[in-house]
Amino acid sequence: MNTALISRNDLLLFLGFTIAVLAMPIWLQPFGAAYPDLMQRFAIYGIFALGFNILFGLTGYLSFGHAAFFGVGSYAAVWSFKLLTMDAVPALVFAVVIAGLFALVIGYVSLRRSGIYFSILTLAFAQMSYNLAYSVLTPITNGETGLQLTLADPRHLDRMMGVTGGSPTLFGQPLFGYAGFYFCAGLLIVAFFIAQRITGSPFGMMLKAIKSNQTRMHYTGFNTRPYALAAFVISGMYAGLAGAMLAITDPLAGAERMQWTASGEVVLMTILGGVGTLVGPVLGAWIIKYFENIFSAFNEGILHRTFAFLPDGVEDVVVTVTSKFVGEGWHLTLGLVFVLIVVFLPGGIMEGVRRLFNWARRPASVGRASPRTQPAE
Amino acid sequence: MFEVILLQFVNGLDKGGAYALIALGLTLVFGTLGVVNFAHGALFMLGAFCAVTFQKLITLETVTVDPTQLSPWGTPVEVREPLVQAWLGDFGAVLVNYSVPFSLLLAIPVMLIVGIVMERGLIKHFYKRPHAEQILVTFGLAIVLQEIVKAIFGANPIPQPVPADLRGAADIGAMIGLTPGIITYPIWRLVYFLFSAVVIAAVFAFLRFTTFGMVVRAGMADRETVGLLGINIDRRFTIMFGLAAVVAGMAGVMYTPLLPPNYHLGMDFLVLSFVVVVVGGMGSLPGAVAAGFLLGILQSFASMTQVKALVPGIDQIIIYLVAVVVLLVRPRGLMGRRGVMEA
Amino acid sequence: MTYSRKGMSRRTLIKTGLAGVLATGVSPMIFTRGAWAQEFCNNPTGDTVTIGLNLPLSGAYAEEGADEQKAYQLAVQHLNGEGDGGLINVLTPSALKGNGVLGKKVAFVTSDSQTKADVARAGATRMIERDGAIMITGGSSSAEAVAVQGLCQEMGVIFMAGLTHSNDTTGKDKKRYGFRHFFNAYQSGIALGPVLGQEYGADRRAYHLTADYTWGWTQEESIKAATEALGWETVQAVRTPLGAADFSQYLTPVLNSGADVLILNHYGNDMVNSLTQAVQFGLRDRQANGKTFEIVTPLISELMAKGAGENVKGIFGTSNWHWNLQDPGTVAFTKSFGAAYGSPPSQAAHTAYVQTLLYADAVERAGTFYPPEVIKALEGFEFDGMGNGATLYRADDHQCMKSVLVVRGNESPTSQFDVLNVVREVPREEVDYDPTIFGGELGPAEPAPMC
Repeated sequence: MNTALISRNDLLLFLGFTIAVLAMPIWLQPFGAAYPDLMQRFAIYGIFALGFNILFGLTGYLSFGHAAFFGVGSYAAVWSFKLLTMDAVPALVFAVVIAGLFALVIGYVSLRRSGIYFSILTLAFAQMSYNLAYSVLTPITNGETGLQLTLADPRHLDRMMGVTGGSPTLFGQPLFGYAGFYFCAGLLIVAFFIAQRITGSPFGMMLKAIKSNQTRMHYTGFNTRPYALAAFVISGMYAGLAGAMLAITDPLAGAERMQWTASGEVVLMTILGGVGTLVGPVLGAWIIKYFENIFSAFNEGILHRTFAFLPDGVEDVVVTVTSKFVGEGWHLTLGLVFVLIVVFLPGGIMEGVRRLFNWARRPASVGRASPRTQPAE
Repeated sequence: MFEVILLQFVNGLDKGGAYALIALGLTLVFGTLGVVNFAHGALFMLGAFCAVTFQKLITLETVTVDPTQLSPWGTPVEVREPLVQAWLGDFGAVLVNYSVPFSLLLAIPVMLIVGIVMERGLIKHFYKRPHAEQILVTFGLAIVLQEIVKAIFGANPIPQPVPADLRGAADIGAMIGLTPGIITYPIWRLVYFLFSAVVIAAVFAFLRFTTFGMVVRAGMADRETVGLLGINIDRRFTIMFGLAAVVAGMAGVMYTPLLPPNYHLGMDFLVLSFVVVVVGGMGSLPGAVAAGFLLGILQSFASMTQVKALVPGIDQIIIYLVAVVVLLVRPRGLMGRRGVMEA
Repeated sequence: MTYSRKGMSRRTLIKTGLAGVLATGVSPMIFTRGAWAQEFCNNPTGDTVTIGLNLPLSGAYAEEGADEQKAYQLAVQHLNGEGDGGLINVLTPSALKGNGVLGKKVAFVTSDSQTKADVARAGATRMIERDGAIMITGGSSSAEAVAVQGLCQEMGVIFMAGLTHSNDTTGKDKKRYGFRHFFNAYQSGIALGPVLGQEYGADRRAYHLTADYTWGWTQEESIKAATEALGWETVQAVRTPLGAADFSQYLTPVLNSGADVLILNHYGNDMVNSLTQAVQFGLRDRQANGKTFEIVTPLISELMAKGAGENVKGIFGTSNWHWNLQDPGTVAFTKSFGAAYGSPPSQAAHTAYVQTLLYADAVERAGTFYPPEVIKALEGFEFDGMGNGATLYRADDHQCMKSVLVVRGNESPTSQFDVLNVVREVPREEVDYDPTIFGGELGPAEPAPMC
């Protein structure tokens, strides 16, 4: 890392992000989210969204099939565990390479079209992968039940080295609990750094130019396709990396990871956080995963305990009303959050953050929203 | 073999008609107004639940509790007396029998209001916003609608009856002079096919041959100029949205006997609708109809055992495979307009 | 070789996690197997013990999930000595005292599994890592059950499966820490075969529509074996995609296939839809080979029957349990569930309730929460009174061996809940089978993995 090549703002952002990620076990404590499994997921889906943003945020190509690369990454990682070794590094490399190749093929075909036609092409490829993985490809994917490790796996490298042990490791160091989290957190920080460098590089400029006016680029003699394809492959590799990490922290790969709802989820994460920003997609991922894991777990018993300080009649009313929005009603809250955020904060959560900053800096001009800087298309 | 192929073809037409109708509402909003409406499936689902509501209303019963008898789960046995028959006699019985078609009468005003409120309250502010934000807001809305329905009706599917006279299958083979009993097809599916044809034709004529339709089409091409001409284009867009909601809702109502609706129904048809509209080509109503039939017929043939034996799993992916091929061969789908949502 | 997640306790992890970040910013990997380690995962130390409920609260099976949740709440109340005691009064032999489990009050935490294996595993992990659940239970699909059971084996937490019907759960994918009370596809076949033979004769030609994933395949295989043993011929077995919604393109080829029975190996909404549509195709009004065409749904539940409405009338299938049985266990459970919620329980609710009681009872008998001891108490446990007659928790594969019900859609229901009739209670001896036929290995109980 050559600090001379990195602007002061970028460096501050990077350092701030790094500290926030590493300190998750502390600041997530009051939210009830400071347990390794969820924090790992925060890191994993953060990477997924970061990668997705490299394509969507920079070039404006909206892929609706990124879950396919995530799923392929997971399958590749589990196969690496089954055939080679329980070490995480070959699994990661294998997954990123396979996902990259997969993205190269799908991207090459899909990028022949733009706009909604591109989106539907990617969606179609992902849905085909999902449907086939669930049914006829069961010998490779183990279908409905998902690909799992078994006692009978050959694991050739481990056999040769005389290594035993049934869970993923990093150079012999087991990866569960907090070790797993710091492993994921480290990768998230690296992924963030790379995404930041890409955004600021001439290559990133080129991608942004594709987004703002592709026709003009054509007229100036640029062939934009290779750049867009490169962005597509990079973001597919990010997805593959995230998929592999999910398989490393929990060695199982299921077909539903590739379903359109999973592709839609990463789209929502990115838009919710702020398309085209670096931190936004990661924040969006955290919020959606937080809802899915924590909000869905509040049942009436917990609510009664929470509101126990209220008088009995009031308590019952409050619990009845609240219970519609948490527990089995968590989807309702998520839907409302989507609507409210996008109505009041065009540009996602990062727009809110920006407004807050402006407000803090210039308390005199309260209420004046900053001009929208990230038209996402 | 001939009759097998013929039957599969009939089935393909039936599926095609259904696909075209289900996607029709989306064509109006997405293909014509340019709003990426992820709530389209939810509108379809709301329509289906209009049928459920109507059926529940007309089968309302007076419940008298008989405390002397207990059910096995310990609550008193309830004696139920249907209300509508008591009031309306024979007409009540007809109403109950034909509850699904009659519930169109409920669905049309309800869906119109839903559509207009949705457009005025939310979508109006999003015409000029990026598509990404349209996706987020309509998806959020879809989830909210879905959860409300779940809170009221529960999550289990609720069966809707086919009118007694339209149950079972019709022998269409015998009608065209083939051996009876070979080419039979469910009457309700034929009804649905006719219904699709009528609705599609009506919408088509409305946009093609009325001044209203002309203005909307002009407004799509150049909204500002149309506005400068002193035409209130906003109101017409609102009506278009309402119309789309009504069409989606009607498709949902009539589909309920084929597929007992649950709150999740819309999501199952969302992706399919988008594929149909895009394969047909953005901004083209005939394109969407053609795509519906193309996908329906090919899907039907791909599901034949003989075809599946040649290409395993083909029936699982055929819709998407066709989408890929069509979009690669024809850059803007079957009949897409240049420049609509291509950037 | 074990799949242990050897590590530290949750609380220790939080402490060292903080220390690691604060002191050095380096991950605390070096502290594994620390001096603070508990003797086993989530050993309850206070005066409560927490169980984790993994339920499909959203998605297509939300109704089943809601019903299971009601049953679990009821079970927890009864274990804690509240309410009418339900099945605690009829379980024999029973070590339950109605004062919690080993004197500790039972509490529960919930998680929305969305009927997805991934999400179910994440939920189970949270309940184990964060909420300190001593046991995980619930679920409404075999994919979930297999996935969560694998996780529980690694974490050293007992899993009491909810609704799962695939042969794999206690076959190929069985686990030492996983237990299933529900019956399976193979038993459905054995139970259903003779009734079908009796009703429809030995000379039938069957056409299968099968959900194209593992559960569907195992059921197709089991039903094929059972019907072919009767002398039936299988004309065709066609795989259909999951969530197809419209099955018409698979139904048209049935019409002129020469078959006279259609067997629908679908579950949940797929079954509701395929059955509704098959009836609309006029299949049941049809004559084929001189016989009336019939439809069979090998696995059916009250909720599915309700969803299919009229169309389920007269259709044969199998169930794990039904509230209309007349044994004391069923009567007691139906009564206390009805008193609490105003409707009779579904089979999913029943299996959920029974699993909770059986776990609690095993802990009481073992005298400890230490999973290997609880497993020993459950393995080979012979009991009665839970509504399925004399039942054995088989030690070889952790499958409950009990009677299986052959049910038929009620022709004249007296209420909206009265949708299925029990035609025959197939005794346990008849649905017995050799546990080795499906392969698989339970794996070790000890050393107990540390979560």
